[in-house]
Amino acid sequence: MQRSLNIDPGKCTGCRQCEMACSYENEGVFNPSKSRIKVFTFDAEARFVPYTCTQCSEAWCMQACPVDAIKVNLATGAKEVHADLCVGCKVCTIACPFGTINYNASSGKVMKCDLCEGDPACAKACPTQAITFVDSNWTGLDKMRAWAAKTDTGARAN
Amino acid sequence: MHYVVLGAGPSGVVAAETLRKADPTGTITLVSGENEPPYSRMAIPYVLTGKIGEAGTHLRKGEDHYAARGIDVRVNARATSLMPDHKRIDFADGSHMKYDRLLVATGARPVRPPIPGLNLNGVHHCWTLEDARNIIKLAEPGTHVVLMGAGFIGCIVLEALAARGVQLTVVEMGDRMVPRMMNPIAGTMIRRWCEAKGIRVLTNTKIKALQNVAAEKSRGIFGFLKRRAPTEARDTLDVELDSGEMLSAHLVVVSAGVAPNVDFLANSGVKVDRGIMVDRYMRTSVNDVFAAGDVAQGYDFSTKAHDVHAIQPTASEHGRIAAMNMAGHNIQYNGSLQMNVLDTVGLISSSFGLWAGVNGGDSVEIVDDANYKYLNLQFADDVLVGGTAIGVTQHVGVMRGLIQTGTKLGPWKERLKADPHRLMEAYIARTHLT
Repeated sequence: MQRSLNIDPGKCTGCRQCEMACSYENEGVFNPSKSRIKVFTFDAEARFVPYTCTQCSEAWCMQACPVDAIKVNLATGAKEVHADLCVGCKVCTIACPFGTINYNASSGKVMKCDLCEGDPACAKACPTQAITFVDSNWTGLDKMRAWAAKTDTGARAN
Repeated sequence: MHYVVLGAGPSGVVAAETLRKADPTGTITLVSGENEPPYSRMAIPYVLTGKIGEAGTHLRKGEDHYAARGIDVRVNARATSLMPDHKRIDFADGSHMKYDRLLVATGARPVRPPIPGLNLNGVHHCWTLEDARNIIKLAEPGTHVVLMGAGFIGCIVLEALAARGVQLTVVEMGDRMVPRMMNPIAGTMIRRWCEAKGIRVLTNTKIKALQNVAAEKSRGIFGFLKRRAPTEARDTLDVELDSGEMLSAHLVVVSAGVAPNVDFLANSGVKVDRGIMVDRYMRTSVNDVFAAGDVAQGYDFSTKAHDVHAIQPTASEHGRIAAMNMAGHNIQYNGSLQMNVLDTVGLISSSFGLWAGVNGGDSVEIVDDANYKYLNLQFADDVLVGGTAIGVTQHVGVMRGLIQTGTKLGPWKERLKADPHRLMEAYIARTHLT
């Protein structure tokens, strides 16, 4: 069974534990600016929205990579950056219409959510279950998928 | 069914792989004009800097990637003519090949302007792996290198040459760097940054002629007086500028634009404008001949016109959609968007879509000269249609998303005009919170 991150902004309190956990898990430091999940704040509405890669089936980043450095992890379904192959050209960062693959100046390579090899640190760290790791077939994910499909450049028959 | 894909760049490779998925039994031949495994030109600068070896440029890393998919790769085969009535391609070595459906993904080649001396030793394009090998031999630390052209490709080459520690002078005939990607304010900011990093940037300047140092020495004292920097023992070339100045160089790299590889299509009936004209199914004007990638003039959804978008994402999308249609599906391409990202000696810039704006449109611009930061958003009504960023790298892709989906920004347009850095919030608010 493949699982996906499900984000319920209504439950997010803006505590940013997810950012800290992501940064520590992937970069070894507690630095929200190195996190692959970001919590966006909407002061006027008093809302917080955690946001990260949806591992979309279009995989814009993967298709745009000139050196095959982004591949699908067949166990988790995540599109993963292989740091040994990434040359840091940044084309994926302009190709991803969700803005969720980003350049990391300290490594000279790009980084994105890789679902922590099937055990995402953000979901474990979230105290309010705003971020959960659920069965990919759960229908609640359809809204996120519907948006991803809107960005397609040609209907997909394959 | 025999599918022939001419050109083994990203578009050709994606097409061949897609053909295999769409038609498990067809015969697929992928033809490269160079004597290399399919590789990515985009990765060549990183070979120059030593970040990767040559194998790091290969589009697919597995030894048997193509064989395992039943894709026959033929290298060193340059097409010389196409005869659609006989469904036949002729090659430079005298051989020929028949096809049932053909994809032309032959890309582009660098233009060599009609300037005397560009045929001399020590003058190279930076386009192929072979060019990279030649440049690596000459671009040693401290050597004088002259780069002709500061367009997008020129600037990528600039970054790699600078990283090799050469003494670099860039000569651009336009009034600024990357004129087709950056407006004057942004282009000037990039120039200031490059100059602060020790690169000499000459705009509004043309190279008049190149000659061997020995020939120029016969001019004696008059040649000497035209120089700002003394000639080094390693310098073999003299570069004469239209300003009258003379530059000495060990290596001259020519990056003066590209032209589509369409010569072999003469008399084939395939219609060519700035590239091969294709419809939204990537079909050319000739039956069973498709085109994709840098050679194709395809649909641009932001201008509703046809244009050549010589960028990797467009190349792979073209390749995928062309292949699906070649295999008998009926898939319309929604169109591509002009966009680029550039790293000039550490300053990262990007531009998207109609970055110069539209008639009757609206815009916001933030210029922070001291910190080399710039952000410019262009709107038509309350929809984002273009953008430019310098020194901003996080979440820039969302500009593509907002442009491509035509998302109505509503109240967020005014919020973005007050603070354009809130792009990601605007996107989330308008797509996930409504």
